[in-house]
Amino acid sequence: MRSVLVIGLALLLAACGEGPESQKADEGLVVYTARKEHLIKPLFDRFTAQTGIPIRYVTDAAGPLLARLQAEGERSRADLLITVDAGNLWQAAEAGVLQPIESDVLASNIPSALRDEGNRWFGLSIRARTIIYSTERVKPSELSTYEALADEQWTGRLCLRTAKKVYNQSLVATMIAARGEAETEEIVSGWVKNLAVPPFSNDNKVVEAIAAGQCDVGIVNTYYLARMVADDPSLPVTMFWPNQQGEGADGRGVHLNISGAGITRASQHVAEAQQLIEWLSGTDAQLQLALLNQEYPVNPQVSLPEPLTRWGEFEGDDIPVAEAGRLQGEAIRVMDRAGYR
Amino acid sequence: MNEAPAARLISAGQKSLRPLSRIAASVAVLAVLAPILVVIFSWGSDQTEIWQHLIATQLSSLLRNTLVLLMGVGLCVSVLGISLAWLVVMCDFPGRAKFEWLLMLPMAVPAYVLAFVVLGLFDFSGPLQSFLSRELGLPLIDVRHEAVVVLVLSLVLYPYVYMLARSAFLSQSSDTIEAARSLGSGAWGAFFRVALPMARPAIIAGVSLALMETLADFGTVAVFNYDTFTTAIYKAWFGFFSLQAAAQLASLLLLFVALTLFAEKRLRGRRRYVQGSQLHHHFRHPLTGLRAWAVTAYCLLVLSVAFFLPVLQMLIWAFEVGAAQLDARFGALLWHSLSLALQASVLTVAIATLLAFSRWRAGPRQRAFFDLAQLGYALPGSVLAVGVVISFSRIEQQLLFPLQAWLGMEARSVLVGTVLALLAAYWIRFLAVASGPIDASLLRIRPSIPDAARTLGARPLEVLWRIYLPMLRPGLLTAAILVFVDVIKEMPATLLLRPYGWDTLAVRIYEMTSEGEWQRAALPALTIVLLGLVPVIISIKRTLK
Repeated sequence: MRSVLVIGLALLLAACGEGPESQKADEGLVVYTARKEHLIKPLFDRFTAQTGIPIRYVTDAAGPLLARLQAEGERSRADLLITVDAGNLWQAAEAGVLQPIESDVLASNIPSALRDEGNRWFGLSIRARTIIYSTERVKPSELSTYEALADEQWTGRLCLRTAKKVYNQSLVATMIAARGEAETEEIVSGWVKNLAVPPFSNDNKVVEAIAAGQCDVGIVNTYYLARMVADDPSLPVTMFWPNQQGEGADGRGVHLNISGAGITRASQHVAEAQQLIEWLSGTDAQLQLALLNQEYPVNPQVSLPEPLTRWGEFEGDDIPVAEAGRLQGEAIRVMDRAGYR
Repeated sequence: MNEAPAARLISAGQKSLRPLSRIAASVAVLAVLAPILVVIFSWGSDQTEIWQHLIATQLSSLLRNTLVLLMGVGLCVSVLGISLAWLVVMCDFPGRAKFEWLLMLPMAVPAYVLAFVVLGLFDFSGPLQSFLSRELGLPLIDVRHEAVVVLVLSLVLYPYVYMLARSAFLSQSSDTIEAARSLGSGAWGAFFRVALPMARPAIIAGVSLALMETLADFGTVAVFNYDTFTTAIYKAWFGFFSLQAAAQLASLLLLFVALTLFAEKRLRGRRRYVQGSQLHHHFRHPLTGLRAWAVTAYCLLVLSVAFFLPVLQMLIWAFEVGAAQLDARFGALLWHSLSLALQASVLTVAIATLLAFSRWRAGPRQRAFFDLAQLGYALPGSVLAVGVVISFSRIEQQLLFPLQAWLGMEARSVLVGTVLALLAAYWIRFLAVASGPIDASLLRIRPSIPDAARTLGARPLEVLWRIYLPMLRPGLLTAAILVFVDVIKEMPATLLLRPYGWDTLAVRIYEMTSEGEWQRAALPALTIVLLGLVPVIISIKRTLK
């Protein structure tokens, strides 16, 4: 018992000694990131190698990171917030923790629909959410739009991820922007009626369920399927680009979301932070970002790398991604009322 | 005639120690209350709209699910924990000595790990159902059933009950049971009328730990997409971006736990459970034939599903992914997990012991105040973590920064973003875990023993060091192990509060699982399980000696 006590006390002292020392390095950037470490660290390392600016980071989900930024206020040591999903960035901007940046580089590298109109955050990669189907039981000619998945022909054949995931909230939010609340609620109710099994906790499970024969169609972010096909090329599941033809909402294009970054109001290193975002939007980093996770580049000057060309070209919905943030609450209400869990 | 000077001695000695320890204990309680007050103060903001929406749509089904889960898990962990502890302590059957410690192992398996292993194996895309539908043409079934959620949680949470019930049964002297039996009680009668009531404080402590963990769980239910009350908390926070509404919901959770704990304490009242003589020999009832093997099979079944199955599956996954993850960074993750868990368990046990003594000596009203320290466990981890961030930031901004400026120092953060904040979150959260076993063993000490020591002239510190600590040792050790294992598994508070570079194994698991890449989470998850095993095995070796 006493030895345990001694070891514990020694460790405690060691930790206290370590604390202040690790904070001494005041130079360099501090990033709060909701992008997973293995999907962003290679880029940070490259940036540091090229510029000599060291980067420290903390990963977590967007909600807790935003709460921490707010609590720390002006004293926060964070320079940048990187999150996935425009809704999170929109909320961060609304909460007043991000500051506007004027940059010609960013204005030319990033299409205006993929950044904040107040220049408080910028998209860095595109995450397209699309329809996937079983190549054994569905013909692509049977598919057309997200909305059509509510039709009777898909009864008992649809698989979805949980409505608690922000990806689906954004999808429904942009649908509300295109079709209004009442029509969207009808469509979501149709989806729920068509479900083969209750919604899954993640996109991988949707792909697996279609492959296993539990259902025939689903909606996922492209990179989930791309990753799984890379592991197993014989997977009998492939992508369909919805809403490519037709008038108005029918032809509005594939639902796009982003991962993106903004500079915090408390940042003491605005110039370096801006340098990092500009570098991330450049050709080199954009290509890396796309290859790391099979997401699409935001920079239109970057041509698609090899594994991404496999899925073909598509038209994306050009509604500003910020709308997804603005309408997120509406979307959740619609989904709750429709019984989409 | 001898009594008068002795009594004076006691009161004089106790007085000198009391104010200091009482102040320290009160500070500890206030520290627990700080993040909780942040949660309670959320009622100052108007969140009517979100409430109306929740009430109109989901709230009733969420409450129903939560109640079902609580009752299911409560029942299952009681049955599993008590029956296994009783069999292992009181009966003899093949493999008993091994099972005695093996049965604690499932505690080291994080619930979310068992959840994704069960889903990976038995879901329709898993090997079992693929085989059955391919070979036998059986229809695919969805295993994400309510009962499966209850079972998964129960299988990793029953060791709380098992450990506490086992040490309670062990410390019951055989004489008491023998007496009951010689007075005409059957084996069942002796169990239900003597052993069980005497073990009640320990069992209740175990079950309430399991239930609080169930109530605060988010990871496991999320894997099954099973909506509970915590779902509403996270929906309000991550979906509607209203930390206030989330905190309001969380405070209801707290209220529920507080009322339940209060009710239990009232029911138990001031009854005390004091043993007769120390046990010298322990008589085990030998089981024979079919009954013996049935018991062995029962233990083996529980152990296989709760422990061997997930460990085996993770081993397979870890091999599939390969040794690529075993780099220097992995060593750092391991070291961080280990050192944080050790520090947190020493700290938590020390504070819990202090509180246990203060509670023990306090009057009923003060006792209720000290009971408040248990509440940290009932908050979902990330709500507590945010509570800690907010309250600590306020302390820094209102108190520490001005103080630093006054001292002519540069104002810098000493709480938020340092190991201190993380350790604080750990002990605030896991105080209840440590208190269970400590309180239970404190309650079993006959007051006449320390009284005798004092009468013989021992000073309070001496009584503490030479009487209480040795007698509490099993309880303290159990407490330290529970906290150690819990801290290693802990995810949300670690994520939010760790200083830069202090990534742990649980953080790595989060990174992988949140992208659905469970295979790549296998190696860190397996390591967590193994780390958790070490102290469990050490403690068992000691108690079996």
